[in-house]
Amino acid sequence: MCGIVGLYLKKPDLNDRIGDLFASMLICLSSRGPDSAGFALYGNQPPEGFIKVTLRHQGQSYNWQSLADQLGQRFNCDAHLQVNANYAVIAVAAQAAELTQALADTDPAVSVMSIGRSIEILKEIGSPQSIVDRFGIRSMGGSHAIGHTRMATESAVTTDGSHPFSTGMDLCLVHNGSLSNHNRLRQRLSRYGIEIRTQNDSEVAAGYLMWRMQQGDSLQQALEAALDDLDGFYTFAIGTADGFAVLRDPIACKPAVLAETDAYVAMASEFQALAGLPDIDQAQVWEPKPGIVYTWGAAA
Amino acid sequence: MSAVEVFDLARDPLRQLNQRLHDLKAQQAQIPWRVINPRGAHAVAAGVDAPVQIDIEGHVGYYCAGMNKHAEITVHGMVGVGVAENMMSGTVWVKGHASQSAGATGHGGLLVIEGDASSRCGISLKGTDIVVHGSVGHMSCFMAQAGTLVVGGDADEALGDSLYEARIYVRGQVVGLGADCIEKPMRDEHRAQLAELLERAQMPQARPEQFRRYGSARQLYNFKVDNAARY
Repeated sequence: MCGIVGLYLKKPDLNDRIGDLFASMLICLSSRGPDSAGFALYGNQPPEGFIKVTLRHQGQSYNWQSLADQLGQRFNCDAHLQVNANYAVIAVAAQAAELTQALADTDPAVSVMSIGRSIEILKEIGSPQSIVDRFGIRSMGGSHAIGHTRMATESAVTTDGSHPFSTGMDLCLVHNGSLSNHNRLRQRLSRYGIEIRTQNDSEVAAGYLMWRMQQGDSLQQALEAALDDLDGFYTFAIGTADGFAVLRDPIACKPAVLAETDAYVAMASEFQALAGLPDIDQAQVWEPKPGIVYTWGAAA
Repeated sequence: MSAVEVFDLARDPLRQLNQRLHDLKAQQAQIPWRVINPRGAHAVAAGVDAPVQIDIEGHVGYYCAGMNKHAEITVHGMVGVGVAENMMSGTVWVKGHASQSAGATGHGGLLVIEGDASSRCGISLKGTDIVVHGSVGHMSCFMAQAGTLVVGGDADEALGDSLYEARIYVRGQVVGLGADCIEKPMRDEHRAQLAELLERAQMPQARPEQFRRYGSARQLYNFKVDNAARY
C-alpha cells in the first residue's frame, strides 16, 4: 500500500502554515502506511554561496555543535546549525561533493539525508503521528513539501528504507508501488557509479533519476525515460528546489488525486488527505492520467 | 418530521450513517437524505437497499454507493475508486469526475458521471447502464458481459478488451480498441437505446448519430481446438 502526499504553494501567503497543513495530510494517510513516515520540506534558504545538509545520527545526544564547528573550520565560514531531535541541518559555504567528502572524513556514523539550497529530508520508523510530533512539523514553514507513509513490502522497516529518497541536489522522490526490475537496474546503476545503499526498490528509482539527470536530462526527460526503464507499479511524487512533479505508471493501479487552486497544488493517494486544505471546495479536483508527467513550478 | 434528513459526517461517524441507511425498508417511501461534510470518506452510502433519494454534498473516497439497490444517490463532487461498484438497481449520479473502476461489475441501474471517468470504467460490467459525459481512461469495459457504456468524450487505449456482450457507444476519439473489440454498425435499435440513455443522463446537446458503436467480435468466447498447440 503506502500513502504519498505533496503540497506545492504557488504564492507565499500560506508559507507559514505549510507545516500544519502538511502534517494533517500525512497523518490522514496513516492507515495506508503505519510502519514509517518521512517528508521533504523546501524553504528557509541559507545565505548566498551556502548549501545545507540534513544529517541524522542514531543517538539523541550527538554533539552536533562540534561537527558544525569542524565543518565551519574546514570551509572557512560561519556554519549555521539547527538541531531537531536526532537530526541536524548544517549550512556551510561549500560544494555538494566536497561537503559529502568532509562529512565522511569527520564522522562516518552521521548519515546524510539530503543536500541542497532548500531541501530538508526527515524520516523515521513509527506512525505518521509520532513523526509529526517528534520533529514538530506543524510549526515548520516553507514553500512546498512531499511526504510518505510506508507499509513495507519490498524491504525491511528501517530508516534507510523509509521515504523520501534523495535524488541529488534539492531533489527527492516518494513512491507508492513496487518495482519488479530493481535488482537488475541496481546492478546497472552501480556500473555507472550510482551507489544504492539499501535493498529497497524505491531507492533504485531515485538513483535512476539521479543518473539520468547526471547525463543531462531535465527532470521531465528523466521521468519520460523512466516510463521505459522502470518495470512495475508506481505513483511517484518528486520535489525539486522550486517545483513539484507527479508520475503514474501506464497501468496506473496505484491511486493518486490532484487538487489545484490559485494558492496551491496538492497531491495525495486519497482525497481525504486533501479535505482539510483551505478552499478545497473551490479547488479543481481530478485524477492524474497514467504515463503522463505532470510538473509545476520550475520542475521541467 | 423534517422534510429532509441531514446527516453531518463531520459530527457523526460513517458507520452510523450507513447503518441508518441500511435500516430503511425497501418497499417504503422515504424522505430524502442529505449527507454533508463527506471529506473524502470511503464507502459513503454503500449497500443501500431502499427507494430513497440521497444527496452527498462534497467529494467522497472509495466505493461510494457500492452495491446500490433502489436508491437515487447524487454526489456533488468527485468520487474515488469504484463508485457504484456492483450496483444492482437505482441511480448513482456524479457531478464531478470519477476515479478508476467506476461502475465495476454492476448488474443494473444507471450510473451517470458528468465529468471524466478514469481507467477501467465499467470493468466486468454485468448489466448497469453507464453514461459518462466526459472521457474515459484505458481498459474501460474490460471483460464486460452485459450493460451499456456511453462516452460523450474520448476513450483511451484498449477499449472493450476481451469484451463479451456489453454495448459501447463513443462520441469522440477512441485511442485504441482492446482484443476482440470491433466497431459495429449503428442500427435503429441502437439509436433508440442511445437516445433514451442520453435523455435519462441529461445530455440534450448530444445526438445518437454523433456516436459510433463498439462490441465483441466473439472470437475469444470459446476454446478453439486449432489453437491447442499454443498452450
